[in-house]
Amino acid sequence: MTYSEYLYPNDIHIFWSLMIVTYPFITGLVAGAFIASALYHVFGREEMKPVSRFALLVSLSFMLCVTLPLLVHLGHPERSFNIMITPHWHSAIAGFGFIYSFYLIVLILEILVSYREDIVHNYRFSGGGVQRMFWGVLALGVTDINEETRKADRKVINVLALLGIPAACTLHGYVGFLFGSLKSNPWWSTPLMPQVFLLSAILSGLALVILLYIWFSNKGILTRSFECLRSLCFFLWLSMLGYVISEGLEILFFFYESSDAWVVISTLLADWLWETFVIMQLGIGVVVSFVLLTIMIFIKENEALYTRLAIIASVTSIFEVWMMRWNVIIGGQLFSKSGVGFRAFNVEWLEKEGILMTIGLTLLPFLFLYILMKIFPPREAAH
Amino acid sequence: MADKTRRDIIKAGLGGMLAVFIPKGLTAEESPDWFEHYWVYIIDINACIGCGACVRADKRENDVPPAFFRTWVERYQVTEDDHVYVDSPNGGKNGFVSVDNPAKDAKPTKGFFVPKLCNHCRHTPCAQVCPVNASYISPQGVVLVDKQRCIGCGYCVQACPYGSRYIDPRTHTADKCTWCFHRITKGLQPACVTVCPTGARKFGDLKEKGSEIRKILSTALTNVLKPELNTEPFCFYIGIDKAVR
Repeated sequence: MTYSEYLYPNDIHIFWSLMIVTYPFITGLVAGAFIASALYHVFGREEMKPVSRFALLVSLSFMLCVTLPLLVHLGHPERSFNIMITPHWHSAIAGFGFIYSFYLIVLILEILVSYREDIVHNYRFSGGGVQRMFWGVLALGVTDINEETRKADRKVINVLALLGIPAACTLHGYVGFLFGSLKSNPWWSTPLMPQVFLLSAILSGLALVILLYIWFSNKGILTRSFECLRSLCFFLWLSMLGYVISEGLEILFFFYESSDAWVVISTLLADWLWETFVIMQLGIGVVVSFVLLTIMIFIKENEALYTRLAIIASVTSIFEVWMMRWNVIIGGQLFSKSGVGFRAFNVEWLEKEGILMTIGLTLLPFLFLYILMKIFPPREAAH
Repeated sequence: MADKTRRDIIKAGLGGMLAVFIPKGLTAEESPDWFEHYWVYIIDINACIGCGACVRADKRENDVPPAFFRTWVERYQVTEDDHVYVDSPNGGKNGFVSVDNPAKDAKPTKGFFVPKLCNHCRHTPCAQVCPVNASYISPQGVVLVDKQRCIGCGYCVQACPYGSRYIDPRTHTADKCTWCFHRITKGLQPACVTVCPTGARKFGDLKEKGSEIRKILSTALTNVLKPELNTEPFCFYIGIDKAVR
């Protein structure tokens, strides 16, 4: 049976727009950056030490902006807190506030304990008054520094990082669940969706940390270490591999099952997402990044060349993840639920959920990072 | 007064004070009709003539915004080689006589009209995903939206497989067909049912013994839209074709 083009009458608008693309993109960077830090704190990758504390700051700066795209999108943002006051437990979104709050607390505590020596140092040498009180609060009231407290801090950090990993993974895996659990949409409805989202989150977060690490180590703000960069890029390659396998399996299943869903998805990919999915996401994003990262595994000596390739691979990886968010969220709304009709998406610069707002919200975390770096110096303490 | 102790007076006083603070609303026991219904909607495809009176009535009754529909009518035309032409110009509001027929050169061998509306599913994906319980199933089986609670996230709009929901641009909250809840709770029929000239739309109480609805459901061949999704719609169709999306 073939059909002429038909959209349900209520399906003429694309309701989830750029803000809903930005939301999982920012959440992904949070989760990925945290994993970069946990590689040192939990998994004992000593070579990652120069970036471990800094990655926590990156994670927190993006974490502070996670809710903003959602609030901009909501029809009634003033009622948003109802999600936590009167949650409906059958809804995946209802869990968001709790997962977000838990992870935020863990992240802030881990930063405070990781930076405790610096904080205590500032407390001791601050003049007094408000400044002293500020550092005293950040030190959580404990201003002793000796071998015993250091040992205790390390233990606390390990526990917090251990709690943080599942929290970060849940935060982003759950975003994938939001889409994957909707049986109304064949492009979203797959159990692989949380996994795809999670792996792409780690991918984008690691790529961002690599870029920032290169930038700040060149500026002398972070300790420069080729081993650290190599390790970060290796984990980027690993997460890319995992992501490619998951995304590939997803498409393969759709194709091989050839159910009703494939009728829509094949047209979607061939006609509507050809540029954004096939060329941009897969071609530029996946193929270029993956080839570069694979070549980089064999570069053992030439640090300058390695760094240049790392920059390109990281940029294309982040680009790939952003395109993935676009293709999932916008792509999933390009067709009507009738399954036989498509609609175009036009994005405006100045509208509430437009391009300017998206750029603003994506750049805002860097302002938070700048402020956080003023409070918490990213280099390891040397007091 | 003499036989009342001080304890009795204090008790009576406390009781009176409490009575002020306990809201006095209708309970299930006091309102015998309220929970005594379980509503069902039946559409007879063979009877629908695509006049659009139902869409017009619904728009008027429920003040539906111009570009959206709580109910609409689709026209299906199937050719001999199994090609299906579907259209619903302006939701079928003005009928199909004066609009362009997409299948006019294809010479279809069969054609029919399919009225659509919220299916008021028992396993309703829209209420399931609502994070604040603004979408819910009433005890009478009607899926409703509490506009005072809705945060306008649009998750329910995405979750509904039938395209029955939309975000009202005036209130920024989700909206959909309620089977004219304000009418049926007064013993009236939904507006669309009332105006249907051929009786293609039927609405009734599943709990009422011997009702027309029960008779149809127990004797006629009926089906629901997208049964493979297991949403358990309470909107049934007589004479539905496999071409219907």
